[in-house]
Amino acid sequence: MGEPPAVAPRAFDPPYLAPGAAAPRFAPGAVVRVKRGAAPGHMRTPWYLRGRTGRVERVCGHFANPEELAYRRDGEPVLPLYRVRFALADLWGDGDGDTIDAEIFEHWLEPGDAP
Amino acid sequence: MPHDHHHDHDHRGLGPSSHPCRADQDAPLTEAQRLEIAVRELLVEKGVATAAEIAAQIARMDARTPALGAQVVARAWTDPAFKARLLADGSAACREMGIEVDALKLVAVENTEAEHNVVVCTLCSCYPRNLLGLPPDWYKSRAYRSRTVREPRRVLAEFGLTVPGTTTVRVHDSTADMRYLVVPRRPDAAAGWDEERLAGIVTRDCMIGVAVPSV
Repeated sequence: MGEPPAVAPRAFDPPYLAPGAAAPRFAPGAVVRVKRGAAPGHMRTPWYLRGRTGRVERVCGHFANPEELAYRRDGEPVLPLYRVRFALADLWGDGDGDTIDAEIFEHWLEPGDAP
Repeated sequence: MPHDHHHDHDHRGLGPSSHPCRADQDAPLTEAQRLEIAVRELLVEKGVATAAEIAAQIARMDARTPALGAQVVARAWTDPAFKARLLADGSAACREMGIEVDALKLVAVENTEAEHNVVVCTLCSCYPRNLLGLPPDWYKSRAYRSRTVREPRRVLAEFGLTVPGTTTVRVHDSTADMRYLVVPRRPDAAAGWDEERLAGIVTRDCMIGVAVPSV
């Protein structure tokens, strides 16, 4: 697997951070890996990205946990949501220099060098 | 003028217009249709919403068209400061134009010579409805949703769009709370056009990223 694709630094702060919520653990440019787990029910982490390594493109802000919202709970505490960039070549073995950006909640991410 | 056009149907079962009768919708309701009717009737019976309010909300959604998104793109093309604000916070930039996007969290992504953006929702059919109206049927198809993340260049080619090898394709999988608007490249031939004329060449497909504006 190659180096995760580059992300361009953004000139502005994420617009949807919630005051008082836990600060995002990962910064733009950080290498992260999607956990291999599975939630018992509704989840918004696509299966094709489980176990894959990418790079944080931006912090989107704090959002309610969809795995709670789906069952009529309030989704609190809100969680940091990221856009993570993956190389097509890393996912499928080919794909030129093309990329996929997907939104992943923080509890699904671990550092790219985690054991 | 029943016979001055091409026919790909036979002439049995024709209606008064000499076109085939449309099949009656006699199939049983689906589970989802039954659920929708039950919930809607309960909301009305319990006084949560009136039938008129529900109809008005449906009309409001039906009134959203890609013309709203096209206005936003045309403004971005003609006003660099607005474009910068749009790329920083898409929802706030829409409100600035008087376009109410409700809770929509809009991420605008800009096509350049080096990058072409295309939007998909592999999990379902997330789409910036408040800005572009209802999504096209193909956007919700399994083929589009699965193939766009696997072989985007081939999918784009089937839409008639060949992306040069020197341009990176960036696929955006709309998996959570963001919704996406592609800001296409302004065609060179449209130099000097005003916003209204520019908006006329920005189609829905351009803002999903499966087409580019042509003049």
